[in-house]
Amino acid sequence: MVSHSEALSRTPLYALHLELGARMVPFAGYEMPVQFQGIIAEHRHTRSAAGLFDVSHMGQLHVSGDGAASALEALMPADIVDLPPGRQRYGLLTSEDGGILDDLMIANAGDHLFMIVNAARKEADLEHLQRHLHQRCTVRALRDRALLALQGPAAASVMARIAPEAAELAFMDSRRLNIGGAECYVSRSGYTGEDGFEISLPAPRAEDFARTLLAQPEVAAVGLGARDSLRLEAGLCLYGHDIDTGTTPVEAALAWAVAKARRPGGARPGGFPGAERILGQLTEGVSRRRVGIRPTGRAPVREGAELIDAQGRHAGTVTSGTFGPSVNGPVAMGYVESAHAAAGATLDALVRGKPLPVEVAALPFVQHRYHRG
Amino acid sequence: MSDMKFTEDHEWARDEGDDVVVVGITDYAQEQLGELVFVELPEIGSDVSQGDEAAVVESVKAAGEVKSPVSGSIIEVNESLVESPGIVNTDPTGDGWFYKVKMADRSELDGLLDEQSYKDFVAELD
Repeated sequence: MVSHSEALSRTPLYALHLELGARMVPFAGYEMPVQFQGIIAEHRHTRSAAGLFDVSHMGQLHVSGDGAASALEALMPADIVDLPPGRQRYGLLTSEDGGILDDLMIANAGDHLFMIVNAARKEADLEHLQRHLHQRCTVRALRDRALLALQGPAAASVMARIAPEAAELAFMDSRRLNIGGAECYVSRSGYTGEDGFEISLPAPRAEDFARTLLAQPEVAAVGLGARDSLRLEAGLCLYGHDIDTGTTPVEAALAWAVAKARRPGGARPGGFPGAERILGQLTEGVSRRRVGIRPTGRAPVREGAELIDAQGRHAGTVTSGTFGPSVNGPVAMGYVESAHAAAGATLDALVRGKPLPVEVAALPFVQHRYHRG
Repeated sequence: MSDMKFTEDHEWARDEGDDVVVVGITDYAQEQLGELVFVELPEIGSDVSQGDEAAVVESVKAAGEVKSPVSGSIIEVNESLVESPGIVNTDPTGDGWFYKVKMADRSELDGLLDEQSYKDFVAELD
């Protein structure tokens, strides 16, 4: 383990994590905190007060040039041309065969676009964007920035104290704000299903800012363990597990990320990688689909577990599964054949060779509580 | 506790006399697993062999197995773990015991680690 960790990167908050007693694990090439006080306690704290997450391992990209929005639409089925300044959207980079290269957030920052991409995909995304778009716009990684997420029902009152302008934002608003002399990108978003904020700031300012947040009575540090159980309860995909190059947006139940403007009859239909297959699936349907899976018993059903129907035939595969502290029981997601995709369908998951009953469930498991303004 | 023996898979076995051994997982094991959310216990009356999977534990992050430190017949299980798996985290060598086994071969205990050897073994892991 020691020889591996030498090759791992560290975020600007590494020393603070150690000081706070975090258990560190390798994740996407970084040494990251998996837990501080305990995953269940951190999960519950985020749902009841506010959790602070270090997500500085994620990629932050700056895309500029007159045709940047239009150029990006050549790689994504999103509506970026009409994305208003100060707003952000969820988007997907698609492959020629309709698979998902990455999922991301993209904000209109006025004179440029600001993107947040997955840690494990950031180098591949950068290369992909530069290779396809270098004649139309400039894409560069903002490697000297940290990214913090403050999530939970108390996040807004905490931000109102520290950065009043941020607390004015509505869900998916994004602003460039000066917070205590630091040039920040602040959005009202996150990946827990709760109201909250993501704050990009210069790396040298990250530790002071994190300490200021942690000094607020509502705020506790939260690790990747609770981030996973929170996002799973919220029905949100984890790239490399629930979505990847082998799943299309329609199969992944992310058709909402294929903008109206990019569909047949829209203002700018098609024109993104895999358009023929993805748009075809919108009308013709798919043979399998991502769904929520609720094990009937207490045992968690984890990634890789096979799902079988009453006749013992293969019916699908679990792609994420854990114990959901807010649900107070096991929760999972996976792909099932369309015949079994309706909520309430019953299947068995094979766990340690034994069939455990599960039910197909509507997502999310825990209702989103975004601040829609 | 001198009557406690350990395995390199982080189980403990405590000799209760009359060839009865109580089995659980060590503090190191519960610490590594994190908060347990599910425990599957063996059936009373079933036979286990040394090194076989006798119980299953699941934490938020991972699944694990409890390999029996000794062979024998299961005579009692700690049912309270089914409703409250977290007892294993708070008291792994006390109230967090898993099952009692009537040993088939007492000499198996001699092959297990004593407390100091186990401590040394764990120290090497960190």
